[in-house]
This record gives sequence, C-alpha cells and structure tokens, in this order.
Amino acid sequence: MSLWTRIVNAFGGDRLNREIDEEMRLHIEEAVASGRSEEEARRAFGNLLLTRERSRDARVMGWLEGLVSDVRFGVRQIRKHKAVSASAALSLALAVGSSTAAFRLIDAMLLRPLPVKNPESLHYLAYTFPDQAGKPQEGDSFSYPLFLQLGETVKGDAELLAISYAYPVDLTFGSDAEMERAPRQYVSGNVFPTFGLRPALGRLLGPDDNLKPGAHPVAVLSYDYWSSRFGRDPGVLGRKFRIGEQVYEVVGVGPEGFTGTETGVITGVFVPTMMNQRAIGSVNWSWFRTWVRPRPGQALEPLRERLQTAFTNHRREMIKGFESNLPRQSADAWVRSKLTFQPASAGASRAQREYARALAVLGALVTLVLLIACANVANLMMAQTAGRAREMALRVSIGAGKWRLIQLVLVESAMLAATATLLGGAFAWWAAPWVMSRVNPPDQPLQLVLPADWRVLGFAAALSVVVTLLFGLAPALRASHVQPAYALKGGDGGRSRLRLIHVLAAGQVAFCFVVHFSAGLFVDTFQRITHQPLGFNPQRLALVEVSVKNGKQVTGEAWRQVADTLRTTPGVESAAMCSWPLMSGNAWTGTIRMPGKGPEAVEAFYLAVDPGFIPTMGIALKQGRNLNEADKAEGGGAAVVSEAFVRRYFGGGRAVGRTFERLSREHAVRYEVVGVVADVRYRSLRDPLQPVVFVPGDASGTFAVRTAGADPLAMAPALRTAISQARPDFRVSNTYTQQMLVDKWSIRERLLATLSVFFAAVAMALAGIGLYGVLNYSVQMRTRELGIRMALGASARHVGARVMARIGVVFAVGAAAGLAGGLSSERAIGTLLYAAHVSDPGALAVPLAVVGATALIASIPPLLRAIRIDPARTLRAE
Amino acid sequence: MPKPDSLQGSLELLVLKILARRAPLHGYAIMTAIEQISSEVLRVEEGSLYPALHRMEEAGWIGAAWGTTDAGRKARVYSLTPEGRKQLDAQESRWNAVTAAVNHVLRMA
Repeated sequence: MSLWTRIVNAFGGDRLNREIDEEMRLHIEEAVASGRSEEEARRAFGNLLLTRERSRDARVMGWLEGLVSDVRFGVRQIRKHKAVSASAALSLALAVGSSTAAFRLIDAMLLRPLPVKNPESLHYLAYTFPDQAGKPQEGDSFSYPLFLQLGETVKGDAELLAISYAYPVDLTFGSDAEMERAPRQYVSGNVFPTFGLRPALGRLLGPDDNLKPGAHPVAVLSYDYWSSRFGRDPGVLGRKFRIGEQVYEVVGVGPEGFTGTETGVITGVFVPTMMNQRAIGSVNWSWFRTWVRPRPGQALEPLRERLQTAFTNHRREMIKGFESNLPRQSADAWVRSKLTFQPASAGASRAQREYARALAVLGALVTLVLLIACANVANLMMAQTAGRAREMALRVSIGAGKWRLIQLVLVESAMLAATATLLGGAFAWWAAPWVMSRVNPPDQPLQLVLPADWRVLGFAAALSVVVTLLFGLAPALRASHVQPAYALKGGDGGRSRLRLIHVLAAGQVAFCFVVHFSAGLFVDTFQRITHQPLGFNPQRLALVEVSVKNGKQVTGEAWRQVADTLRTTPGVESAAMCSWPLMSGNAWTGTIRMPGKGPEAVEAFYLAVDPGFIPTMGIALKQGRNLNEADKAEGGGAAVVSEAFVRRYFGGGRAVGRTFERLSREHAVRYEVVGVVADVRYRSLRDPLQPVVFVPGDASGTFAVRTAGADPLAMAPALRTAISQARPDFRVSNTYTQQMLVDKWSIRERLLATLSVFFAAVAMALAGIGLYGVLNYSVQMRTRELGIRMALGASARHVGARVMARIGVVFAVGAAAGLAGGLSSERAIGTLLYAAHVSDPGALAVPLAVVGATALIASIPPLLRAIRIDPARTLRAE
Repeated sequence: MPKPDSLQGSLELLVLKILARRAPLHGYAIMTAIEQISSEVLRVEEGSLYPALHRMEEAGWIGAAWGTTDAGRKARVYSLTPEGRKQLDAQESRWNAVTAAVNHVLRMA
C-alpha cells in the first residue's frame, strides 16, 4: 500500500505539496482557535519549506520522481528537435521492424518447437552419400520393410515413427467435378500417441489403425484444414472422401496448432501408412522419414551404431544381384552411406533445408542494417548531448550525480527505442506474411503459421532493450564524464567525443559496404540463374496434368486421341505428350554403358515423349532427325540425345547411328541415336547441363500445349473441355505454365535479391544520413579553427581539403574493413550464389563506388558550409 | 537532516500511544494531548511532528483521512493500524527495558 502511494505520489508532485501545505495551514488555524497567536504558531513550525520537504521525502519514491521528470524532460527534448528525432525514430523503426519480421520468419521456419510432447527429444534419420560429382548428398527416405527392421533393432530403447512427406494430393468429398488439393501425410500408428496429442474432435489414429495393408480406410483432418474447409463443423465426423480410388472416412480432427511435421506445409489429412498399399511391402519404395524418439536417458550414439549396422546390412542385401550394373564406386558408397540423427524438434521439411541458410543470411543483413541505424542514432544523440554540455555541467554543479545524468540520457534513448519498436512492430506485422507470400511455387506454396505470440513480442521487447543500450550507452557515458568547470567556461572535451563518432561512422561505412556487397552478389546470382539458356522456349506453354479415372489402364491410342483433339482446338498452335514436363523436379535417371565397356560413372536423364514434344517445346535439332511415330519400339530403339550427352559419352563429334545401353536393375536396354538436340535444362536451374535422352513412350501424364494467345492459362477451361469431350474417362488434375516451373527454381534467389536490395537501399540511406550528420557536426565544432585559418589567408580549397581529409580517412578505414568482411563472407553465402564469386573484382568495385558516391553526396552540404565560413563573423562570435 | 531532539527516539512511541487511546486525532490534537498528559513537561515541536506523522503513515503504522474536528473544522486525522499496534507493543516494551536499565544504573552506581 505504502509503496503504491509513494509511486502515485511521484507522479502527482503538485497535489502532494498542496496537501501538506493544507495540513500545516489547518494546524495553525487550530492553534489560533485554541488561543495562541498566529505569529507564535507560525514561528513554532520553524522553516515551513524545510518541514514540507522532509514530509515530502517520507511520502515520495525519490528515484521514480526523478524518472518521471526525466521522461517529461525527454519529451520536451524530442519535441524541440522534431526533425532529428523523427528521422532517428523512423530509421530505427525500419531497422527494428525488419529485424522483427526476419525473426518471425526464422522462428516460424526453424526454431519454433512442434506442439508435441518433449519435442526436443525428437530426431529423424538421414544418410549421406556422394553424388555423381562426388559431392555429399543427403537422403532421408526409407522403405517400410527397412523401417520394420530398424524398429526391431532398437526395440525398447527407442520408438521409431514413420511419417511420410506432405505432398499435395487430389481428393474429393463429393463428385469428380469437386476435386480439391490438400497435403497428405501417411503416419504409422504410434505417431499420435508418441506425440502425446489429443483430438479436437473424434479420435486420432492409433496402432490399431495400422495393422494390415489396405484395411484401414480412416483419416484424421488437421485442425487448420477442418477450419478452412469445414468452418469447424462437428458434422465432419463420418464423412467420406476419395483419394484416387481409395475412399476414406473422417474419424477425427487433430489438435489446434498441430499442422503436421513438415514445417512450411500445413498438412490437410493424415492417413495410416498401411493405406499406401503399393509401397508398404516393397524395399524399393522409399517414401517416408523415420523419426526416432529415444527412451529417456538413452544415449544417441550407441543407438545410432545399432541402426547403422542394420541399415548397412539391409543395403548390402539389396544390392546383391545387380552390382554388375552399377559403377563399382557408387555401389560401395551407396552401401556404406552414413546414418545420422537430425534434430527434429522444429519439424523436418525440405523447405527448412532450402531456406535455412537464406534466412540466416537475411537475418545477418538485417542485423547490419540495425547496427547502422543504432550508430546513426548514437551519433545524433552524441552530437545533441555535446550541444547540451553546458546544461549537463549545470546539472552536475547543482548536485546531480553521474547516474542521474546517465539515467537522463538513457531515458531519452529508451523513449526513442520504444517509439521505434511500436512503429517497427507494425511494419513487421505486415512484412513477414508478405515475404512468405513471395515464396509460391505453383504446386506447393509455402505455408507457415506466423503467430504474433510471446516469442515474437518478447523478441521485439528484448531488441528494444538492446537497441537502447547500443545507442544510448555511449552518449550517456559521455554525458556523465562532463567536467563542469571546463564545460561552463565554454570549452568542451570534443576531441575524444569526435573520435568515437568517427569510429562509429567508419563502422557504418563498413556495414553498409558489406550489405551492398552481398546484395550485389545476390542480384548477380538471380540474373545469371534466370538468364541461363534453357534449351527450350517456355513462353505461351500451358502444361496440363491428366489422370485416368478409376486408375484403369488405357492404351497409348487413347492418349494420342486426346493429343490430336488438343492440336485441333482453336487457339492451340501445337500440343505434345510427356511423362512429366521439363524442370518439374521429377527425374528418371539411368546408368549408361557404351558397347563393350563398363558402366559409366555419370548417369543420364531420360524423358519419355511423343514425336510432337521436341518441336512443341522449341528445342533445336542439331543432327539427324526428330523422333517419329514409327519409333515406338518397346524396350529400346530410337533415341534423341542432347549435345551434353554426346560430349560426355561419345567425346563429341557425329553421334547419329551410334548405340548405347541403359542399365536397369534387371537388364540392359539398347538404344540407337537418331538425332541430337541442343542442351536443355532437365531438372533445375542450378544443376549443370545434364546428358539428356528423349525416348519414345506411351507412358504419358502431361500435355504440353503451345497457345497462340500470350496468356496460356486463359486457355485452361477450353483445354479442360476438349479433353473431357475427347475421353470422358480422363480427368484434368492440374494446369499450370512452363514459365511457372522455370520461375520455381529461382524463387529463393529472387527473394534474396529483392530483400537484399531493399536492405541495401535502407543501409545506404541510413549511412548517408549518418555521414552527413558526422561531418556537419565536425564542421560545427571546428568553425572557430577554420575561421582563424581563413582569416590567416587559407583558401577555400585548402579548407575544403582539410574537412574532406577527415571524412576520407573515415571512409577509407570503413571501406577497408567492409572489404575484408565481404571477402570473408564466402563461407557464409557461397552456397547461395550461382556463378558469382565474392572475390570477383566487379563484385567489390560496384558497392565500393556506390558507398563512395553516397559518402560524397552526404559530404557536400557540410563542405559548402565549411568554405562559406565568414572569418570575421566567426571570430566576433567568440 | 532532522535536528537532534530529546524526543526523537520517543516521539513515535508517544504518538502511537496517544492514538491507541484516543484515535482519531489530528496533528494539533496529538501535540496538545502529549503536552497535557505530561503536564507540559514534554513539548512537541511542529517541525518534528509532521514529518514523523508522514513517515509513520508511509510505514503503515498509522492511517490518515480528511475529516472534521469537534469544532467543525476540516482536518487530517490519524488513527492506529493493526501494524501500528504491533509497533506500539514492541516500542513500549523496548522503552520499558531501557528505562528500567537506566534506573537500575542510577540506583546502583
């Protein structure tokens, strides 16, 4: 109670004074009423003011009262320097907002633990093996028989869970016309119990739902899917939906907040692993991750060793029988792949792997921008406190302690930081979802839950404190060292203050350089990756994925019939079939053997196409002829290969008429080259150009349609109608454009380039403001000196050179540090770059020029001010 | 600094005792009560009384409220809190112990 009244009294100082005065007055009245003279009563009180102060001290929380008055004073200071304060608050807000937005993304993607029991004990199994180029690759997919074997090995010491990748599938709750897409995950029966999850509705899947292949057509919806698709209708229990030919019954809804284990994808439906009937019994079908929950207290390494033994034995067993069809080295490496535990407390997903480093780099860039902003504000505040040296000195000489001065300055910085944090928070609120919406490949946009909960708020609050210390402490300590006698006389300790300001400015130049440098590299990477020759023309190309209803087998004739119909549809220039489009991410690879030689170390990429594919895609024919209708021999025959294929296996030259073999597990298939085409990108923009083989095939799933109109998607309804008219048993499951597939491979690069350019612009603006402020301040400080020099006959050029020399040194030191920082960033950002290198002279020169120009522009106004100093007036003012 | 006062140590005790008997009282009444009961031997100075009252109020030993005197004048009146009663007991027994000891020394020396 008394603490509270003292706190309250700190805010209401005047009211308290009045109350004490009133009590004293009434006391004297009382005394007079009881017969004493007023004068005597008054004298008895002694010093009324002193009595009041002593009473007041008893009733007020002293430090709080000081704080309140500091806040009032701070508000007045900020109001007095509106422009400076506003620019400081805004630049900080931008930096703090960007940092908070970056944290939201990083947290949601990489840090936030899954909402399950003991997430920190969860791991998943991965294995590393060298790829064709000898670079280590990571795999994490397992087959069900291997999963059972591994589970047997560690029984009792760890629980193994099978959780499939979350791929979007076509499903329908009604007729075929109402097909929709939702990500599906297969889960083994122990997943939900081990995770300790409780259903929001109905029940979850348990061990009894995972006993016999194909015997458990039950599904659990995720809470998010239930909300968005069914508006949380409890009537969803018992409803049936169909994926392919399998009908599932909804038995429950998962708990709120659990979106599956694949961070970056919000899973829609969970079904038992036993329902993947084709894959469940096969050792050749690897289709899920194996998660491990060790028994509490179980050490990981012994567990890993036992799993490794079982894993290696399994692989050795598998490879028996077709070792001769594989290059010896890769067979060995495959068997000896090392098994590792990967932490999975925040989930396990491809998106995490792909974006982890990019997000870390963005976080680092944001931090540099934040530091630049802090240095800016610190310099502004320091210049401001320098202007207030006399006021500070006065405070010290009337008895203010050092801490009181530090508090005064810190309170001002805290107020700036708080304002900036609020503004920045609003910015982050908008920015994080915006950035995420940029990551939108056509088949699977990034989906993240971005809650603004205590983690994000806590981060923003902590950031605010750190920022206050970063830019408030230096000026505060400066202020506390004020020497009253010296400062009041008119001199000041400007020299050491100026040195600190210059160090901060050099730091800004360095950070600004590093931000520009990485932005340049990311832009360069993006341009190189998007301007690579594709080998085909993606413009006006629509891709239509088609499946056959009820999964029944149809003849190649049926597919050709559909292709012919599409070719005659108005608005279509040409149409072709392929098993999947180029750059879809799918790949069919096979080991190559030249007649009379051993297997080649590097695999080739195959694609089954119809004769129309190569012309429709606009792939240039270099030698021989295109495939034709007569080339449809099963198991080998004619093939068209790319120039990379000719270079790799034939050593260049004329290839038409030569033969090669594709080795599969069981047998070798012989092909004859009938034509050679230009190199095409088969899988991604980053892979080197692979040897590609086009083989004639009936196995078709996608139609590539070159449209006459500029927007291929505008044709989608017409194509859909044409297909269902030609073959009512065919169903269009997805429509997109070739350009979307191409763009998909540069999303990360585009994101990095866009955001880093944004940060570079912010950094440049902030550093420019900072350098301007610093130079302006130093000219202000040296007005007297420069005035004397001019009075003694120094020319304007001489004075200008003196002023610029200082900023030149600051810039040189900063640029050198930035250069060193940039050159050492290879390790951090190297893997994100494509054909761009940190040591490229151009990569270093451009940011140097940009930062240099910024410094130059920022120094023009102070320079003009310096050479326009009027010596007579300056000396008179002293 | 409060000036040294012969009543310094005992002023709080006296105020607490008076308030324990006759609460609620305003400052002037407390002062006159101490003087009257002590037959004008003990005089309380206003300059010491009010800071002491306010200190004790903040410590939570006494409560204060604006009220009216018998004569109908407005006044800030004080009364004892339970915390203050405990404080009174403690201070009273300490005072008794000290004076007993002092008397003992005076007799025996």
